[in-house]
Amino acid sequence: MSNVLTRLGDWVTERAPNMMPAYRKHMTEYYAPKNFNLWYYFGSLAFLVLINQIVTGIFLTMNYNPSAAGAFDSVQYIMRDVEWGWLIRYMHSTGASLFFVVVFLHMFRGIMYGSYKKPRELVWLLGMLIYLALMAEAFMGYVLPWGNMSFWGAKVIISLFGTIPVIGNGLVEWIMGDFLPGDATLNRFFALHVIALPLVLLLLVVLHLAALHEVGSNNPDGVEIKKGPKGNRWSALAPADGIPFHPYYTVKDIVGVGFFLLIAAFIIFFAPTLGGWFLEHDNSIMANNLVTPAEIKPVWYFTPFYAIVRMIPSFLGSAVWGVLAMFGAIAVLFLFPWLDRGKVKSIRYRGTGFKVALAVFVLAFIGLGAVGAGVTAEVIPEWFGNVDLTTWENLFGRVMTALYFGFFAFLWAYTYFGWEKTKPVPDRVTMHD
Amino acid sequence: MANEVVDHGRRRFLTAATAVVGAVGIVSAAVPFIKSWEPSARAKAAGASVVQSLKKIELGQQLIVGWRSLPVFIVNRTPAQLAALPGQDARLVDPKSNGSSANQQPRYAQNETRSIKPEWLVMVGICTHLGCVPNYVGEMKPEPFDPNWQGGYYCPCHHSRYDMAGRVYQDVPAPKNMEIPPYHFIDDMTIQIGVDPKGAV
Repeated sequence: MSNVLTRLGDWVTERAPNMMPAYRKHMTEYYAPKNFNLWYYFGSLAFLVLINQIVTGIFLTMNYNPSAAGAFDSVQYIMRDVEWGWLIRYMHSTGASLFFVVVFLHMFRGIMYGSYKKPRELVWLLGMLIYLALMAEAFMGYVLPWGNMSFWGAKVIISLFGTIPVIGNGLVEWIMGDFLPGDATLNRFFALHVIALPLVLLLLVVLHLAALHEVGSNNPDGVEIKKGPKGNRWSALAPADGIPFHPYYTVKDIVGVGFFLLIAAFIIFFAPTLGGWFLEHDNSIMANNLVTPAEIKPVWYFTPFYAIVRMIPSFLGSAVWGVLAMFGAIAVLFLFPWLDRGKVKSIRYRGTGFKVALAVFVLAFIGLGAVGAGVTAEVIPEWFGNVDLTTWENLFGRVMTALYFGFFAFLWAYTYFGWEKTKPVPDRVTMHD
Repeated sequence: MANEVVDHGRRRFLTAATAVVGAVGIVSAAVPFIKSWEPSARAKAAGASVVQSLKKIELGQQLIVGWRSLPVFIVNRTPAQLAALPGQDARLVDPKSNGSSANQQPRYAQNETRSIKPEWLVMVGICTHLGCVPNYVGEMKPEPFDPNWQGGYYCPCHHSRYDMAGRVYQDVPAPKNMEIPPYHFIDDMTIQIGVDPKGAV
């Protein structure tokens, strides 16, 4: 048997001599810093969720009917009549939310340890493109069950493009293929959700990893192991503080996968809607083009950006400003590597100003999420009694919006004018022997 | 082929010409795919007018009818609601509907009540912000979102507010007054939505 396998291997190598070297380059001879901590789980977990979404998604398409008349019923059919259909759908819907959980943590890790800084700007940009594609993918997937939230979510998000002067209205009709979201919209979203965007996502993931493996991984100390001493147990040329990705980090990641699957399974089996946070209640009502749900809000991962749209009033007869601010809130993330002029990467050795500002930024993001999810509309009357809700909610939301954008202005000024007092960065990772 | 000197100018020209022709081909081939996203002939055809009787709409009540798949609000406004309209002007973006909202109604509805007959409001119930259907909050009593509420519309999506003539309040995301569709009275208690009155421009 092993003889056959060896011969098969030789047969392949003779015809594709670069296959094994490529495997080694990216797995057994990819030397990652040995001081990775808990924050380094989320990249591989994001990949795991992507695989889950693709596999469960393929099985959902086998029973889903992409038409305005049949979509809602076919989802109920999957939930009630298809053997194990409920599990496959809940794996897909929970996976979507958990995708954003791990991606947000993965991005926060990058900000915390300066992983977007030179020479890894390209890794950051490709990651941001993945985030954009992921938002488009999630939005279109959300429309497919054709519940009333799906319908009105689609209407509102597509109408964002209608605020663009001159071409807006034509653009909205072009995207919907009708004057309201309908069959045409649902069909094209289905095509984009199951074919076009997954292909784009996979391509971007490959590029993200290829770009990372060119420059090597950053680490919690933010030091370049490639610039440190050479020679480890496996190779005289490899960085001394690097260990092979496989088997060391594959095995470590399996531990993370175990914990992650435990949490995911708990949600899938015991709280698949997570109290309306992962699957919204109003989406259990079929799409109705004459009635907007009383409490309309997006799924949690869009709420911070949705809150920004709500906080910005119209000006000069146009609603485009809120939309510009919302897209600006995402676009500004692309600029991280150029706004942050600081030379020190890791938060461990950065100035107090950076630590405080980052904490404020995270709180502003969560605060905006609370406004967008309707949490503030609930707690303000509860805590402060009979006050003017609109005024107070707007005040809170606008302060949070200012803090969100203010973070980037501060980060630039703080590092550009040299106000940051950094600590000395060690020559090697702090865990070397 | 003889071993002559490479004519770089000729090579550049041929490369550029091939690239340009190829680009034109790709752009032309993209047109049908992009145009295929436009509303189809079937979608465009579904736009007939609607005739609606007003007899069963009580004072202060709203009826929603579908027209071109859009919700059309028909409200029998009370004298109190009508009387409150002029008092709102200072808080509105475009109270006379002649500024940013000049194209949001036919000429014959460009007045304080934005209607043909003051008591009957006929309006496309689509928020001018991002297209949701605002809720009808007709009662004139303090609301959580406005202690001086004089009746009107409150959008659940982004909390835009309109008065009883669909005129948008200041300091909300929606930029314009809600749209008044073309309509006319066939008789005292029947309207046709989608068709202008005879002789109207």
